[in-house]
This record gives sequence, C-alpha cells and structure tokens, in this order.
Amino acid sequence: MVTRVILIITLFFAQWVQAELVIEVTQGRQSAIPVTVVPFEWTGALALPEDVSGIINNDLGNSGYFRTLDRGLMLSQPHRVEDIAYADWRRLKQDFIVLGHISAEEGGYAIEFYVVDVHQQIQLVHHRVKGEATQLRDLAHYISDFIFKRLTGIPGVFSTKMVYVTTNKERSRFNLNFADADGAREQLIFRSKHPILSPAWSPDGKRVAYVSFENGRSEIYFQELETGNREKVISFDGSNSAPSFSPDGTRLAFVYSNMGNPDIYVMDLNTREVKRHTTHYGIDTEPQWMVDGRHILFTSSRAGGPQIYKLDTKDDSVERVTFDGRYNARARITADGRKMVFVHGIGDSFHIASQDMESGRVRILSKDTNLDESPSVAPNGSMVIYAATENDRSILAAVSVDGEVKFRLPSRYGDVREPAWSPILN
Amino acid sequence: MQKTALYKALGLAFGALLLTACANNDMEEGAGAAMTATSQQVDEANDSATSGVKNASLQGETLASDAAKAAQQALLDVTTFYFEFDQSTIQNASKAALSAHAQFLDANPSARVVLEGHADERGTPEYNLALGERRAISVRRYLMANGADADQVKVVSFGEERPAATGHTESSWTKNRRVEIKYQSR
Repeated sequence: MVTRVILIITLFFAQWVQAELVIEVTQGRQSAIPVTVVPFEWTGALALPEDVSGIINNDLGNSGYFRTLDRGLMLSQPHRVEDIAYADWRRLKQDFIVLGHISAEEGGYAIEFYVVDVHQQIQLVHHRVKGEATQLRDLAHYISDFIFKRLTGIPGVFSTKMVYVTTNKERSRFNLNFADADGAREQLIFRSKHPILSPAWSPDGKRVAYVSFENGRSEIYFQELETGNREKVISFDGSNSAPSFSPDGTRLAFVYSNMGNPDIYVMDLNTREVKRHTTHYGIDTEPQWMVDGRHILFTSSRAGGPQIYKLDTKDDSVERVTFDGRYNARARITADGRKMVFVHGIGDSFHIASQDMESGRVRILSKDTNLDESPSVAPNGSMVIYAATENDRSILAAVSVDGEVKFRLPSRYGDVREPAWSPILN
Repeated sequence: MQKTALYKALGLAFGALLLTACANNDMEEGAGAAMTATSQQVDEANDSATSGVKNASLQGETLASDAAKAAQQALLDVTTFYFEFDQSTIQNASKAALSAHAQFLDANPSARVVLEGHADERGTPEYNLALGERRAISVRRYLMANGADADQVKVVSFGEERPAATGHTESSWTKNRRVEIKYQSR
C-alpha cells in the first residue's frame, strides 16, 4: 500500500520534473589543461547504472579549466599506473591522465583512482573512496572535486547543488526545483500556482528560504531540504521579500514594505527579533551579506535609478558602491569577498558584471545572452550562474568570474529562473 | 491598448455630451409644443400653462443623468493603468479614469479594491517587485486624494512574475508595466 502511494506520487510529480537541464559549454578557457579520463575498470557481471568516468570527464571538461580527450582518440586504456605507455600520452599532448577501477563492496561500491603527470611520469594522486549503491553519481563528483582541487588549487564544486524556479508560459505553475550543480537529478521540492521568488541557501546547506505568493502576497518561508518541512517565517502586513542568510546562519536580512517603502530589515533567527536598518523613502531591496557578517550590499533607488550600496549594520551608515551606468542591481559576493557580481543595465540590455571591491573596476561578463538577471556565485568563487532570455524563453547560463568560461543549462520545457548555488556541502 | 481604452472612454464621454445637447434641444422643442398646447388650453379654461414646462424639464434632467452615467461607466471600465520604465508616476492619460474610480469608491463606501502592481521583465525580479508596489501605491495615493478611503484600497505587487504579454520587446513591456484595479466588492 505504501509502495503504491509512493508510486502514484512519483508518477504525479513526474510531469513536473521534466525540465531537466543539460550543460552545453559555449566557451572554454584558452589555457585549459589537457587531461584524459580513461574509462574506469569494472569487472562486475552487470553494467553499472552510471558511467562514473564519463561523469568525471564531463565535470572537468565543463568547468572550462580542462580540455578532455574523447575516448575514441585514446591509444590505450590503462587501469593501473604500471600499465601506462607514457609515449602514447605525450604524442596525444596530454598533461595529466586519470585512471581507476571500481569494485563491488558490501551494499555499494569502492573506487580507487590515480592522477598521473604525463611529462614527469609521476603519480600525483592515489585515492580510494566508498559509497552506497545509489551513490555512484556522488562518488564521481567527489572524485572530480578531488582532482580539480589537486590540479588547480581551487576547491571543486561538482558535488554542490542548486535550487531554481521553473514556470510555464502562462505563469500559472511555479516549481521550486533542487538539482546537482550539473543540472542532473532534478527534484521538485515545492510547487504552487502562485509565484515563487528569491530562493536563498542557509550557510549549512540544510534549508532554503524563499518568497511565496501562495496567500496572495509575498511572504518568506523556510524549507528543510531533508524533511520538506516548511515554516512561514516572515509575513508582516504588506510585502516581505528578498531573504539572505548571514554567513554564520544566525540572522536573516530581508525586505519589508508597508505601503510602498521597501527597507532592509534583519531578523535574529534565535530570538526572532527584527531590526530595521534603512529608512530611506526610495526603494531599498536585494540585501546580500558580505563575508564579514557585518556589512550588507543592497540595491537602492535613492539616487534615481537602481544602484548598489553598502550598509554597515552596526551604525546603519550607507555608502554607494556602483557608479558605472544607470542600472546596477542585485549584488552577490564571492566567498573571498574580493569580487561583487551584479546585474548591469546598458540601454535596453541587461548583463552580468563583476566589480573588484578594492579597485572598483567593472567588467561585463555576459555579453552573448540578454535580459540577464538573478546571478548566484559558486561557493568556490569560480562561476556565476544566472537566468537569461534566449529564443523567447528563460534559461540558466553560467560564466566564470573572469569571463573566460561560459556554459548554458537550457531546459527542455518552460522557463527556468532564479538559480541559487548551494554552499559546499560536507 | 491603453490609448484605445482612453479613446473609447473619451468617445463615450463626448457622445454623452452630444446626447445631452440633443436631449436639451428635444426638450426645448417639446416644451415649446407643450406651451403651444397649453396656450391653446388657456383659450378654453384660462391659466394652467406652467405645469407642462415642469414635466419637460424633469425629463431632460433624467436623460442627461443617464448619459453622464454611461460616460462614468466607460471610465470605470478602464481598469489597467500604464507606466514608463523604472517609473511609478501616474500618466496624465490615466487620470480621468482613476478619478472616476475614486468617485465611485467615494460614493460606495462598502466597495473594496486591490491594486495589483506589475513591472516588465527588464532588471531584477526583486527590484521589480518593489517597483510594482511603488506603482500600486502611486495609484492608491491618487484614489485617496480624489475621494477614496484608505480602508477601501489595498495593494499587492507581483513584480515581473505575472506579465500581461509574454514577448521580449517594447510592445510587450509597455503592456506589462501596469497597475490593475481589481474590485473585490462593489
């Protein structure tokens, strides 16, 4: 009986879950490192449900940092370091090769893998990882993260997740989805006939906050990812929007407006006490905590059009941050606090731009998509995912913070909007 | 869309004025005829000339009032009001119809409206949510300045989430930067 109920629910939700995203790299890095991921050895009787080395190959290739080698071009497919014919790999102009073997373990799998430097003929990595039978994809992303960190010095984000909103053309259905950072394994976590906006992750990755119009106006909800439990957290009379967790997860910045004066407020999540931080008659919105847990970047129309400002929550002093162009909004900040990414309007075009927090230098990152909005930065500060408009619908696209790497995550159905990249989950 | 509605309203209002004018002419003629008739009566029964004139003038007023109502109704049929990009200032073209709604609310204290503010898709969703609210608030202020009571007018913003037109060019954006008056009770 229970099984049947679950099956029915699964079938019912299946219709909503068809928007799965597939990465298409549109621009790679000039200096991408040539690396080969040799198909891992598997001697089991049945084929594995996932192509582990294929996933690793895609992860590394899609990151833009690596240029991977097609399987058809490999002269040999070694599974152990002693079987490597280095001359072959040098002829193929490869810098590194990844090899490994998968074995069945009690209730799951163990994977042993190596990274070898072709030129110096040395083994850089020899590592073993185990997981449950359902975790092959997770194991693959773990290995990708491990290799990425070892070869670039930057933490990998292949095991991270994202949440985003999908809608139909008529805007009569709104889905909040949860998926791997590469768009795979999409799951519906909340659906509504009314708009869903502004999903934001708690720093521990255990819950998301978002705005829902299910009661006819904008209210802020928390949802625990593991249980699916929801809590209406902020629903003051008027409009409640734009939640942002402080870096330590103890406070929530948000926007509250009663009769047209949207201002920045902060709620202490332990005491549920609320303090107002801006009082300007202009629009103040889109708060984003800076890494120091003290300052908040926000968008304000106090100078006419929207510009980005920095608020000191200690004394509520405000300082303008953007000066280039007439439309700058929705700031997000890299984990190291050095770069801000935001929506930059020029004429009728809206693009994602970055600004160096120290020098103030602005750089437009996304020139080949249009009507770009909702940037969200990867937790390692490497990529920005955002919503853009292409051929009459909204898709997700990503660009590296240096502008060199670009990829798209189009969905097969409907509009995809408001992506939020998770923290690094442990 | 906006202009068509306005012209329709103006056309109806102008038509109503013409009707009123015609009615007045008719009334005068009718009154004249009555005068003639009563004057004929005077010959027979002496002195009852003024009552016929009173009747005709009462009729005239009734006609004029219907026409004004039609004009007022035409203005009340305009329920969507448009805005410039990133602006929440009420356009002059919106004022006649907004005044009619304000007068209606003033005359019907039990009537309740919700003002739904919207923005076009350009810019960021959260800023647009605030902008939509700004627009609804502007309309609310205008209604209140023209007779509506604060309790009668609620606002809600949907930002860019509920476009009236789904295209990605100015012709759609123009239709989406709007406030819609929704009557909850009349």
